[in-house]
Amino acid sequence: MGSTPVIALENVRKIYPLPSGDVHALDGVSLAIEKGEFVAIMGSSGSGKSTLMNQIGCLDVPTEGTVRIEGQDIGQLSDYDLTALRRDSIGYIFQKFNLIPLLTAFENVEYPWLLRQRRYDDTGRVQHLLDQVGIDAALAAHRPSELSGGQQQRVAVARALVNEPAILLCDEPTGNLDSKTSTQIMEMLAALNHEGRTVIMVTHDAATAEYADRTILIQDGRIA
Amino acid sequence: MKKPDIIFRLSLRSVRLNLLRSVLAALGIVIGVVAIASIGMISANMTLSVAEELSATANVLVVKPDTGSGDSGFGRESESNDDEDDYLTNDQFNDIRKAAGSSYVYYLYSESDDIETGSTSGRATIYAMDDEAMKDILSLAEGSFPSTTSQVVVGPDFVERYDIEVGSKITIGDEDDEEGEVTVRVTGILEERGMSMDISSDNAIITAEKFFTGRYGGEDEYTQVNVVVDDINDIDAITESIDESLNRKDDEVQIQDSSRMLNTISSTLGTLTSFALAIAGISLLVAAVSIFNVMMMSVTERIREIGILRSIGTQKDEILRMFVYEAAIIGIVGAGIGAVLSLLIGYVVVFGMVGTTEYFFAWDSLANVPEGMIVGAVICVISGVYPAWRASNLDPIEALRAE
Ligand SMILES: Nc1ncnc2c1ncn2[C@@H]1O[C@H](COP(=O)(O)OP(=O)(O)OP(=O)(O)O)[C@@H](O)[C@H]1O
Ligand SMILES: [Mg+2]
Repeated sequence: MGSTPVIALENVRKIYPLPSGDVHALDGVSLAIEKGEFVAIMGSSGSGKSTLMNQIGCLDVPTEGTVRIEGQDIGQLSDYDLTALRRDSIGYIFQKFNLIPLLTAFENVEYPWLLRQRRYDDTGRVQHLLDQVGIDAALAAHRPSELSGGQQQRVAVARALVNEPAILLCDEPTGNLDSKTSTQIMEMLAALNHEGRTVIMVTHDAATAEYADRTILIQDGRIA
Repeated sequence: MKKPDIIFRLSLRSVRLNLLRSVLAALGIVIGVVAIASIGMISANMTLSVAEELSATANVLVVKPDTGSGDSGFGRESESNDDEDDYLTNDQFNDIRKAAGSSYVYYLYSESDDIETGSTSGRATIYAMDDEAMKDILSLAEGSFPSTTSQVVVGPDFVERYDIEVGSKITIGDEDDEEGEVTVRVTGILEERGMSMDISSDNAIITAEKFFTGRYGGEDEYTQVNVVVDDINDIDAITESIDESLNRKDDEVQIQDSSRMLNTISSTLGTLTSFALAIAGISLLVAAVSIFNVMMMSVTERIREIGILRSIGTQKDEILRMFVYEAAIIGIVGAGIGAVLSLLIGYVVVFGMVGTTEYFFAWDSLANVPEGMIVGAVICVISGVYPAWRASNLDPIEALRAE
């Protein structure tokens, strides 16, 4: 093998201890994703897709096994470093958009940039990103509650991109959108992948999975 | 460009979004700050005005019989009659005179009795002194000093309280008393003397010596002897000289000066102030609970938002700061409004309770406002710490799942 994979999971287990018995949400997953790949993850509800995304997205650490992001074992990192990794290397797009309700669309996109750079953007990149996803300056002044689902998801895409992350994670990015808007968002993700970004996407929809280079199927916490 | 604090902006927006709730929480702090600042100002103003009034008689020594019961406080007669020494004798008076050198020395009788004027009845202090001393020590605002035993002069507060004037009649005593009842006529009204330790004439009746000894007996049995020292720098020397002359064998007399009285008053005021402050503290405690409550509500309502913020790279300490700022904004705004209101309310209350706002802008008085503000704001921030800590330690995944 040539270059080290940008994402590498080795025998990852995630166990949720519950009074009714342990839940093995991930049960020995090994996986390598190279830089620039577009991977779709499919599987039935409750199979462990979101749990896997949370591991890759550094929101959680495995109970057993190792997860390496850009070569770093996340199980060894402090909360501070994990948070910094989320901020700098990972762009997360959620099914429920998850914009910050207190901030305008513009500020939502600006927010991760401010967290990282500690200064206001004077290059115009925030509005440039918003323009690219089809949100003009007038619309960008609105709060998330004043935007449609499709508009919110576009803002979420722009936010995920603002810190130039190496990895773009999308957990059912089109799950709450109509088919026309879904197609627009998927075109956007495909274009971003063409620019060289690694994209990992959870989906229930086979047509959406068509955009990916390869599809990983999860069943009961295992790769099928 | 300047380093922005996006975290602070989020806190500000949250306060604005829940304006009514935040204002209500801040109200508690406003009330608390006003309460402690006003109480502090009243106390400071009282102390300052008492000190000022007492300084007018700083050159006076008061000699009282040593009743053996320690400090008899200020101005209150000892009730114990079993002790032969609850008055000063003429010999003692002469000894004091000798010991005091060129100082002006006079004696004073005092009693408390029932009195009645045309419409009102009550109790009043009745003083008597040598005719000469009365003219030297007291000054009249109108009328003249008593020339017969049925004539008296009264203090200005007494005049106001009983609504009388020169020529009015006052009935002293009660027919059921052993001394019986006697009617006197007011011939003069004294000038205001303010609070002083030697003689509190403002709210008293001053009679001729003969009237007093005729009614209450005890000729040459003086309640106290006052020594007016020429040069205030001699006060310690004269105190010592009187002490040596009269207290050589037994402790016959107590010698008090105004600094001692000021100390007594300050410490009494201090005790009262601490008590009042403790009660005001309860209002701050209530405020703290309401801030705590509002902050917990804010955290609970925004769990999902906290999850989002954490998931896109907001550090724990930034979340902590966000909520502490929120509490601090409420606290600082509340304390600021409280400070402005303390100045307004404090001014009115000080005028009402102390009678003068002469010392209102003295540092000792005004310092209570920033002190109250700091206490209020700090309490706010402290109340916000636990909710903020809770928020910052939420698990991002759990928080994101919240609805
Ligand atoms: N915090 C948790 N505590 C306990 N069990 C959990 C927790 N999170 C997930 N699980 C369990 O882990 C399993 C995998 O859940 P996960 O959310 O990864 O499924 P999913 O594949 O994303 O499903 P869906 O398609 O419905 O989103 C489920 O059985 C779920 O009940
Ligand atoms: Mg899921």
